Amino acid sequence: MTWQVEVAPERCIASGMCAGIAPDLFTLDGTHSQPVHAEIPAGDERALDAADICPAMAITIREKGEEIGPRP
Amino acid sequence: MTAADTAPLTYPFNTADNLALSDAYERARDTPGLVRVRMTYGEPAWLVTRYAEARLVLGDLRFSRAEAAEHDEPRQSEGQRNSGILSMDPPEHTRLRSLVAKAFTVRNVEKLRPQVRELTHGLLDELEAAGPPADLVDRFALPIPVAVICRMLGVPVEDRPKFRIWSDAALSTSSLTAEEFDRNRDELRAYMAKLIEAHRRAPQDDLMTALIDARDADDRLSELELVDLCVGILVAGHETTATQIPNFVHTLLDHPGELARLRAEPELITTAVEELLRFVPLGSGAGQPRYATEDIEVGGTLVRAGSPVLVAVGAANRDALRFSSPGTLDLSRAQNQHLGFGHGVHHCLGAPLARLELQEALGALISRFPHLHLAGDITWKTEMLVRGPRIMPVGW
Repeated sequence: MTWQVEVAPERCIASGMCAGIAPDLFTLDGTHSQPVHAEIPAGDERALDAADICPAMAITIREKGEEIGPRP
Repeated sequence: MTAADTAPLTYPFNTADNLALSDAYERARDTPGLVRVRMTYGEPAWLVTRYAEARLVLGDLRFSRAEAAEHDEPRQSEGQRNSGILSMDPPEHTRLRSLVAKAFTVRNVEKLRPQVRELTHGLLDELEAAGPPADLVDRFALPIPVAVICRMLGVPVEDRPKFRIWSDAALSTSSLTAEEFDRNRDELRAYMAKLIEAHRRAPQDDLMTALIDARDADDRLSELELVDLCVGILVAGHETTATQIPNFVHTLLDHPGELARLRAEPELITTAVEELLRFVPLGSGAGQPRYATEDIEVGGTLVRAGSPVLVAVGAANRDALRFSSPGTLDLSRAQNQHLGFGHGVHHCLGAPLARLELQEALGALISRFPHLHLAGDITWKTEMLVRGPRIMPVGW
């Protein structure tokens, strides 16, 4: 089982929160954050945390296409 | 000779009675490696003044905030500020931050815009009715963020005079003894604990109630964390914005060409606020040192594990390696990834709200009063972590 990680570049404000929490999942290229891998093994809570705390709500985590992060 | 061989420079560099960036920062930025500094209290530290290194230190988890509690942290006042979310590292930090992050996302904050606009226009109506001169701080800059954060958190806005004293003390750099500092903090905690009890008895549709639920129903934070989180949101939620509104007005009055441009093109307000956030060095000096948890090279200096690093965001925001004509105020500046709200996991929680309040307050003020001007001497805050007018008489 895997999760799909997506960062919407038009919303990302490069706060550095996601790369701060999980540098192995997100990387900052100067102006935007990007997922290090578009697909990650399911279950890494930090991916959901990052989606939860992103001030721009720019991160989406999906499992089999279904949105599981940010959590409601 | 390296910087490490020379005696540490006395820090902070900036003086409190203006908004200038000290020349000492320019010298530090142009010096290879990091600069050694010493504050009034605590051990000496490395000082970062360049943009790339600032992003590195603020964004890399090998630099810890929690570690500061184990050291004689460099600081401006005797009391060590080692409680609260700013003194935590992930994953503990993430646990608390995720409880409040939703309330402050761009999307949720945007819903508050109509009420912030209404509030702002109401205050301008009052000013106009009373006639000039008026103190911009007390009559405009402070009431806006105070009203917004009080409503959001669930604190009675009538208590403003009370918590203003505590909040001033919380951000003070004055000769408060550690005991005085602790007493102030305890009073503010006791005040908040009482409000929390009242909310427990009668839940409201506000952030405090949501946090109480997170504690009581889900056990996601301790009682003290709950209190400190509410205190932190209240203090951080108004002081900086209330200070930056007059700072931005002051800066615009100092740059009449740019002010005229903004009046002629009000749609510039978004980039204008970003540029002012970059340009105005709010802090009297850097605080909240990050402690290296392993040996790390930063800008040509080897920072040893256990050493503190201070990041001067005001200086990094004027780094010519990152910003063209960094000393020029350009209200339409593009690609303005300034560090005014910090960077990394401690990036300002309230940034979207601060942006919205600054956009609404500045935009409405300059369009309502085309002849806005200073109408007397500014009284500056002294001995505060943030710089800005305490009293700013204006006419129009």
